[in-house]
Amino acid sequence: MSQLATNLRVVQALGMRSVRQTFRRPQLMAPIVIFPTLLLAIQTGGAGGAVNLPGFPPVQSFLQFMLAGAMMQSLMLAGNSGGIALAVDIEMGFTDRLFAAPISRFTIVLGRLVGTAALGLLSALWFLAIGLIFGAEIHSGIAGALIAIALVTATAMAVGGIGAAIALRTGNASVVQGLFPLVLVLLFLSTAFFPQELMIEPAKTIAAYNPLSFVVEGIRDPIISDIDASELLSAVAAIAGIVVLGLVLSARALRHRLRTG
Amino acid sequence: MDTALALPTWRANLAAIGALMARSRNELLRVPAAAIPGVLAPTIFFLGLNGVFGALTQLNGFTTGTYESFIVPISMLQGAGFTGAAAGVNLARDFEHGWVDRLLVSPAPRWVLLAGTVLAASTRALIPATFVLAVALPLGAGWPGIDGLLVTYLMVVATAAVAACWGSMLALRFKSQSAAPLMQAGMMALILTTTAYAPLALLQPWLRSVAEVNPVTEVVEAARQGFIGGVTWAETWPGIVALVGLLGVLGALALREMRRTAV
Repeated sequence: MSQLATNLRVVQALGMRSVRQTFRRPQLMAPIVIFPTLLLAIQTGGAGGAVNLPGFPPVQSFLQFMLAGAMMQSLMLAGNSGGIALAVDIEMGFTDRLFAAPISRFTIVLGRLVGTAALGLLSALWFLAIGLIFGAEIHSGIAGALIAIALVTATAMAVGGIGAAIALRTGNASVVQGLFPLVLVLLFLSTAFFPQELMIEPAKTIAAYNPLSFVVEGIRDPIISDIDASELLSAVAAIAGIVVLGLVLSARALRHRLRTG
Repeated sequence: MDTALALPTWRANLAAIGALMARSRNELLRVPAAAIPGVLAPTIFFLGLNGVFGALTQLNGFTTGTYESFIVPISMLQGAGFTGAAAGVNLARDFEHGWVDRLLVSPAPRWVLLAGTVLAASTRALIPATFVLAVALPLGAGWPGIDGLLVTYLMVVATAAVAACWGSMLALRFKSQSAAPLMQAGMMALILTTTAYAPLALLQPWLRSVAEVNPVTEVVEAARQGFIGGVTWAETWPGIVALVGLLGVLGALALREMRRTAV
């Protein structure tokens, strides 16, 4: 078997393990599905009147607007949960056993990221299904839905890279878990839950520069309107930036772990 | 004869409750970082919701000009909910480590063991509530007055007790920290499916229907009244009745689980 095929099998096996692990542990599953779904329902029901505010973009319903925010929240927490699971593997010595195996070290991280991407994909499908069941339209149709799914999956993998880097660097699940509030802060300071023009300062200004805003607008755009190439390119550029950051941090953290043990 | 054995029953029970509360306090003093998530989460929600949904006050039907005043009691109650649910998580952890087994073979009645956990949570809930309030007031939340503040803190303390009963019931049922998301999500749903984000008239029809039957809506309205207007008995007593009812039901269920728990 070629080296590439071996590596792909390792990535596949570790990715499957990562997904199964998440489904078996309610602590990992809840932040990805239960909390974002609950918040989506409550925010839609509680702040649904916001669509009547002057300056709110034309949308079919507040639920339609909020779907991208819920997906973003879910994928961010999937990345965080992936980091926690990797840190637990490090604490329990599972990663050391993988390091001793005759496989590429990057496949170990890549396997985890593929698992996180799969969770991102499931999250996108889950929230699109919820939206459709409760009456939200996908304005750009199937093409729009596919774009949203692709962006959510890619972003989950990108964010998972940062979670993996922190897990590799610290090797401590509590530290990665401690990033949970930071994830919420980043989300609130983006356009995940409200249009930027209607946000209150300083959140409004910060949201204008937050890379997550570009990603969320890229996901939202095909759901609430026609596909806009510039929004899509901005989202892809922001995701690419997060991927590069995650790769650099992961590579450095992996080298550090292999050097120091 | 041992001094403890010579104590009248009621004093021995009080001493046991006091010891359990002291244990909770010691945990906090020895690992202060453990309190940070419980304080940070409601504060982030307060700042985040205010930054994001602040413009909602422009809608017709809002009874206050500042969203800070409207949302601060929710964040204080959320802090109480998180703290109470955390008491359940800690109880589940104690189960996993065998500490609860040792408590169960002690001569202390089951209700005393539950009361210690619940009262400790109520006391701890004062920390996030005070922190959120200290952040909110300089940012523009209205001063609720002494009477408003007292009512809000009463609601916070009792909500934490309700959450601790809920968390303890689940901890005693599942005996695993894996039940933690259920404890937290349950309290989150209970507190947020009310007039948390907007007045009743502005809620979407399904949430309005839920909020109308959710007893915590009365708790939210009672806790909020001082921040957005004056305190009245008519706004206060429904909140007290709702909390007494919730405490009665969830306390009884938690006690039932405690009594059914075998060593």
